[in-house]
Amino acid sequence: MEPRIGVYICHCGSNIAGTVDTEEVVRFAQGLDSVVVARDYKFMCSEPGQNLIKADITELGLNRVVVASCSPTMHEPTFRRACQEAGLNPYLFEMANIREHCSWVTEDRAEATEKAKALVSAAVKRVYYHQPLETREVPVNPNTLVVGGGIAGIQAALKIADSEHKVYLVERDPSIGGHMAQLDKTFPTLDCSACILTPKMTQVGSHPYIELLTYSEVEEISGYIGNFKVKVRKKARYVDEARCTGCGLCQTKCPWKVDSEFEAGIGKRKAIYTPFPQAVPNIPVIDTEHCVYFLKGTCRLCEKLCEAEAIDFEQQDKVIEVEVGSIILATGFSLFDPTPIYQYGYKRLDNVITSLEFERMVNSSGPTGGNIVLKDGSEPESIAIIHCVGSRDEKYHEYCSRVCCMHSMKFAHLIKEHTDAEVCEFYIDIRSFGKGYEEFYNRVLNEGTIFFRGRPAEITNIAETPEEEGKLVVQFEDTLVGLQRRLPVDMVILSCALEPQPDADAIARLFNISRSADGFFLEKHPKLDPVATMTDGIFVVGCCQGPKDIPDTVAQASAAAAEVLAMISKGRVEIEAATAVIDERICSGCQVCKLVCPYSAIDFDEEKGVCRVNEALCKGCGACIAACFSDAVSLNHFTNEQIVAEMEGMLV
Amino acid sequence: MVVFGGMNSFVNEVAATLGGEHIYACIQCGICTGSCPAASEMEYPPRKIIAMIRAGMRDEVLSSNSMWYCLSCHLCGCRCPRGVKPTELAHALESLANQQGFRVKGTRTPAMYRSFVSSIKGNGRVHEFGMMLKFYLLANPLSAVKMLPLGLKLFLHRRMSLIPERAKGKEDLSRIIQKFREVIARQ
Amino acid sequence: MELIELEGWTCCGSTPYGSLDELEAIVVAARNLALAEKTGLDLVTPCSSCCVTLNRARIQLEDHPHLMAQVNEALAVANLEYHGNLQIRHLVDVLLNDVTPEVIASKVRHGLNGLKVAPYYGCQLVRPHYGSDDTEFPQSLDRLVESLGAEAVPYPLKARCCGGALIISEQSLALGLIRKLLDSAARNGAQCIVTPCPLCQTNLDAYQSQVNSKFKTDYNLPILFISQLIGLALGIDHISLGLNTNIVSPNEVLDYIYEVKREVNSGT
Repeated sequence: MEPRIGVYICHCGSNIAGTVDTEEVVRFAQGLDSVVVARDYKFMCSEPGQNLIKADITELGLNRVVVASCSPTMHEPTFRRACQEAGLNPYLFEMANIREHCSWVTEDRAEATEKAKALVSAAVKRVYYHQPLETREVPVNPNTLVVGGGIAGIQAALKIADSEHKVYLVERDPSIGGHMAQLDKTFPTLDCSACILTPKMTQVGSHPYIELLTYSEVEEISGYIGNFKVKVRKKARYVDEARCTGCGLCQTKCPWKVDSEFEAGIGKRKAIYTPFPQAVPNIPVIDTEHCVYFLKGTCRLCEKLCEAEAIDFEQQDKVIEVEVGSIILATGFSLFDPTPIYQYGYKRLDNVITSLEFERMVNSSGPTGGNIVLKDGSEPESIAIIHCVGSRDEKYHEYCSRVCCMHSMKFAHLIKEHTDAEVCEFYIDIRSFGKGYEEFYNRVLNEGTIFFRGRPAEITNIAETPEEEGKLVVQFEDTLVGLQRRLPVDMVILSCALEPQPDADAIARLFNISRSADGFFLEKHPKLDPVATMTDGIFVVGCCQGPKDIPDTVAQASAAAAEVLAMISKGRVEIEAATAVIDERICSGCQVCKLVCPYSAIDFDEEKGVCRVNEALCKGCGACIAACFSDAVSLNHFTNEQIVAEMEGMLV
Repeated sequence: MVVFGGMNSFVNEVAATLGGEHIYACIQCGICTGSCPAASEMEYPPRKIIAMIRAGMRDEVLSSNSMWYCLSCHLCGCRCPRGVKPTELAHALESLANQQGFRVKGTRTPAMYRSFVSSIKGNGRVHEFGMMLKFYLLANPLSAVKMLPLGLKLFLHRRMSLIPERAKGKEDLSRIIQKFREVIARQ
Repeated sequence: MELIELEGWTCCGSTPYGSLDELEAIVVAARNLALAEKTGLDLVTPCSSCCVTLNRARIQLEDHPHLMAQVNEALAVANLEYHGNLQIRHLVDVLLNDVTPEVIASKVRHGLNGLKVAPYYGCQLVRPHYGSDDTEFPQSLDRLVESLGAEAVPYPLKARCCGGALIISEQSLALGLIRKLLDSAARNGAQCIVTPCPLCQTNLDAYQSQVNSKFKTDYNLPILFISQLIGLALGIDHISLGLNTNIVSPNEVLDYIYEVKREVNSGT
């Protein structure tokens, strides 16, 4: 059918018309080949504007539409929909960007008008060669995979499971709970962390729609939005989950002690252990690197004592394959290790501890029973808390870790509650941005904690005066007073940065998502799409996307749950039609296209010896088209014909 | 155009020197002052100097003795979380102060540096004895008496010669410096 | 490995020149850079301050091509030109990375018999960070000392300032710093201190008696320059090593080294 093109020039108020002579562009467009009608209007994206297009399609029999207005990222979907509503295939539409590319980059009227004409001519020549394309729809599997069982993963899993859709919750530690389970009280309300977390943990453990896979890791994933296939490795616990009653006798009697990860290294656990008493599931795990049976073949005390006969040294890892429609990553953060900051003395001087170590110390179920003590067991009389250790520092992490100001204040409050010690905090700026946060700062100030504005230069045990003998000395500038000072204290708490997990790189590659410059997972858009990623169907929530407090984590988790539920509710996903297509008659099976594809969207068919594009994964980037030696790949909606025509039209 | 009552012209002037280029990045955390072994002697410690520069306090900064106490130990620059190099800044300020004729009270270091440089210009290398002589004459002749025992010790241990060693490249150096002055004056 | 003295070198300017005239100081340093570049070899210096000053000039010329052009216009009157192709290194860096501790150890003739040596880095050997050693807790000199058969004494102030050039104009400040260093080395059991910086050596050595009289202390620590310590281990004679020019007498150290050896040889 002979192309009949309608051209619409938008004024966009004065954004375009203020610089471009729209009337002249209309006149110019009217003179182009195959153009049946050319109009201009103040706001093409408005309802009357769209109605102009729809009316012309019906009455004038238009079968191609060009709108010269803003960027396609703004309104291409709008106009495509308008065409569709008038019965025209949406891919028979083309946009010319005469705003961002034209009226917004120059003040010269003549230049702008000439460029607008060239852009319109290019669009008109191109749209001539457009073909109708159909978007495909794929069904969405209603199951969801949540990776990571901290508060973020728990919240997301519960929200989805409560809608009576199945969730697989995978956690690599023996229990869910994450870092939140390690905390004592949470700011600013001083809620006991375990008290608000454990009910949710129990809910997860007994939820009919959540399949909890702890001590497990994702090994492999394939597929695309709505249709992921995931292999999960359930590591052997060496304890039969069906038989174990959670009585805890094995743990109590096991003779082999190990540094506990949960206690941040300041307490011990056994070789057979649950990480903490409220663990979900409450089934122990045998640590084969420290269990004497696995090291030397002896002991087996737990096996002898277990009345339920649940110890099974022969247990093997199990690999499970699940099918899900969406994946939520909630893998959390790791705490910065301050050892490289030599001048702060961590691990070199006694009584210099990190924030997590202090959380466990002040927690009543921690290794010191909630008593704040020095290495020699005595109670400190003075404690210094240092902010920004490893944060806001071009040598370690440039970013601010967001929560340390608040938890440092919380520490001060808890110290005053538990002891008679004096507390001082060393900060550069106070970040108390959230609800109730500034009020909490005020409270802590009034309790008598002293705040010094100055980043400490060093912590040393070399005394220069008698008062400093036997103490840790913080040397710093009190910047508000303008003096270099030395403050002797008994204990120093380093509020360390939150950093990405050490294997964030491997996880990102496994799930095919990107990371931002700071190493955390990259969201699709920092403001308008903070939980989605560029890989459709995969979401990131919580601290694995960036440091944040519990309220923001929970909000993000609920947000991701909502997006997943929207997909499940609709039941289907549209696949973009502008994807690559391989002509199997020409393809020689060299697989260069598969090599260059950044989205892993090309598969090789062993039987036929040709490559095939997975349209659901393909983003239409064009790399394969450029790479193919035989010209066997072409890109829908970006054919050579269309592009050459566009270029010819530009050179008007 | 002149804005802020002309206050930011000094910070821009300092930022244009070879040592002051990072001065905009300072967040006033104070780790430089905290690390500085000479902070107690300075009229204004390093962090405060930067704050004063940003406040446009040109005269106070350039006539202060602060930068002259810099030992070039570089602890500040190595610890700064923003990549500011207070050592380099200090030397750039010394250069500015010296070039613009500011006379500093409360430190003899400018006199010592002048003797050092004059020794280089005269010999191509530093002649310690000659430099010390000139320094004490410039700064405080009486204090030279206290240094006699040390000077004698050094001389007897053959650590210090009374006669300068004229370096081979001395003439070349003088001509190069002269030419450089002309080149800089041109711009 | 051959060390060839740079023909016609002049003072690099160190801190004082740059403190009086920032730009002129660069051309003073650049003359040496141009001379060295002409030889086609790496430039090595045993002085920490020269190393820093020359490297700083090199980087500033690299970062400011306009300045490089001006400098070259001036250097031209002496038929010199600097193109930016030069590596400037410290002697300790060369000893460690080019010669290597293993080779040094193999050439040792008089092992130092566990002599307790406090390696004193000073500031400008490790800061700013031009080399590969840690800026707060360096190890390069310790390794060198150990390759000679001595024991490197760990002490916390090994990379802190001795007062540098300000020993002359601000003696009181500098003496305080020197005192802290001597104290730290002594209380950690050092029999002597070794340093690769000539000014540090002078400060700790020549001014030790002034420290003693000002603070009523009685430090008696020989301060050896790095080449002196290595030379001793290699069996070079004392006069060549200039051991008679050290102000604090190194005799006790020498006695220790030879005494133990004599004891060992005689089987007691």
